[in-house]
Amino acid sequence: MAFDSFSAFIAMEGHGPYVWACYSVFAVLLVGLMIWSSRHHQAVMASCKRRYQQQESSTSARPKQAATFARVEVSQE
Amino acid sequence: MNADRRPALKPVSESVGPIAAMAAVFARDVRVAFRQRQDLLNPLLFFIMVVTLFPLGVSPEVAFLKQSGAGILWVAALLSVLLSLDHLFRHDFDDGTLEQLVLQPQPLFLLVLAKTAAHWVLTGLPLVLLAPVLGVMVHLDGNSIAILCLTLLIGTPVLSMIGAIGAALTLGLRSAGVLLSLLIIPLYIPVLIFGTGTVAAAAEGAPVGGYLALMGAFLVLAVTLSPFASAAALRISLSNS
Amino acid sequence: MWQFFHKLGSPKWFFGIATRFMPWLLAIGIILLLAGLVWGLAFAPKDYLQGNSYRIIFIHVPTAFLAQSIYIMMASAAIVTLVWRMKLADVFVKAVAPVGLVFTFLSLFTGAVWGKPTWGTWWVWDARLTSMLILLFLYGGTIALDRAINDEKSAARAVAVLVLVGVVNIPIIKYSVEWWNTLHQPATFKLTEKPSMPVEMWVPLLLSVLGLYLLFGWLACLRMKTEIVMREQKTRWVRELVMAGRG
Repeated sequence: MAFDSFSAFIAMEGHGPYVWACYSVFAVLLVGLMIWSSRHHQAVMASCKRRYQQQESSTSARPKQAATFARVEVSQE
Repeated sequence: MNADRRPALKPVSESVGPIAAMAAVFARDVRVAFRQRQDLLNPLLFFIMVVTLFPLGVSPEVAFLKQSGAGILWVAALLSVLLSLDHLFRHDFDDGTLEQLVLQPQPLFLLVLAKTAAHWVLTGLPLVLLAPVLGVMVHLDGNSIAILCLTLLIGTPVLSMIGAIGAALTLGLRSAGVLLSLLIIPLYIPVLIFGTGTVAAAAEGAPVGGYLALMGAFLVLAVTLSPFASAAALRISLSNS
Repeated sequence: MWQFFHKLGSPKWFFGIATRFMPWLLAIGIILLLAGLVWGLAFAPKDYLQGNSYRIIFIHVPTAFLAQSIYIMMASAAIVTLVWRMKLADVFVKAVAPVGLVFTFLSLFTGAVWGKPTWGTWWVWDARLTSMLILLFLYGGTIALDRAINDEKSAARAVAVLVLVGVVNIPIIKYSVEWWNTLHQPATFKLTEKPSMPVEMWVPLLLSVLGLYLLFGWLACLRMKTEIVMREQKTRWVRELVMAGRG
């Protein structure tokens, strides 16, 4: 341990504000980016799911209309 | 503008060599520019006005102007080249000439090189010729003015070459002008640094041959590499629209 | 070899691999980063010249390092986009550019705050800070261009050209900024260059670099997965995947 007490650790001999400002901005931006990205991912997945379910319910409600030409994109599998 | 005032690109047959095709593109661009003289004049006026802003906005003192005159002139030249870049491909893009150019049998990068060279002759070269007058107005001494003109002479073609890439990438986009500046200004920084740095070194009496050689190296690099990037960017932009 | 290469280009294959590796990346990344930072903050000895303010190094250097290597990675992906037209390479460039922007900003911010106790001012036109600022502009340009072009494919290829032009320019920019710096302020006090760094300082630094690298890997996988789902909505495998609630 490089410091004698917890208050010395916070103060860092006068450099505390600079060090802690850097670390907090770093933590906020990094964690924020991670949370934002994962929430965005979930939102995209949820909206896709909703769209698929709508498509399914609309096709099952009118079973006669099965012969539509749905455009299927071929993926690079 | 009148459509009939813009000469069409002369059909270039398969037998014409790339050099002849480049000459045809170059001559046509110069001719078009001289029919729309306002486009030629605007960057020059802009250049003069930006230089005028500094004594008015910062300080008209001789000491300040002597020290920062080279930087002011360089920044103003850089901005006016940037301003003129929007026209490099836009008119040809709007009236379909550019698509014709892409379809020519000659390699596209050579034709782009010719177009960019025409752009430099029409905007960069006049700036270089105007620079001594403005240099006197900001109290630069004779030696500094000579070096400044030399750096501008080597540097402005680099600006046109790099700018052509940005102009090709932003072709046909909304608010292309601002976007073009965002993309291109970071790439202009080395030229600006060496352009003004060489003048500063000359003012202190240091030998500048090495710096000029380095700027020459930038020029060679830009002339050899940027036409390929511009040609690739043009193809992408044309396939987009 | 070629089969592997083709597999690598397949979004479906990537999606599966990414889903499998992401928890590991996240867990190990967090552990390493926390270990490095706690060690650096509380246990590493203080620097005899700069005192405790040097502890900013444990986030300044990792973010700066990541910011630069992300741009290099984007350039490699740009070559793949232009030469082989591989979908995953476009997805990578698009997903990763904002992360690079954030890391570049962080390294600039920490550099500026570090400058206050060390140099006495928030901002010094020092060679490293200035070239980082230019890197920030380059990232901003790629993101702006990507947003401006509506068509996905041309956006990816245009961004690839821009990133390649940028990566050719980066060494030139670095060199010229360093030259400019010596011209204007000779012999500045360098932030991070020390004749020798004691082990207690560079081990935590190494840990935090590795940890941040792994977290970047996690972020890249996650953002690429989002982008893939958006692009491949109409394919059957994405449909099955979304309906099953996996990923």
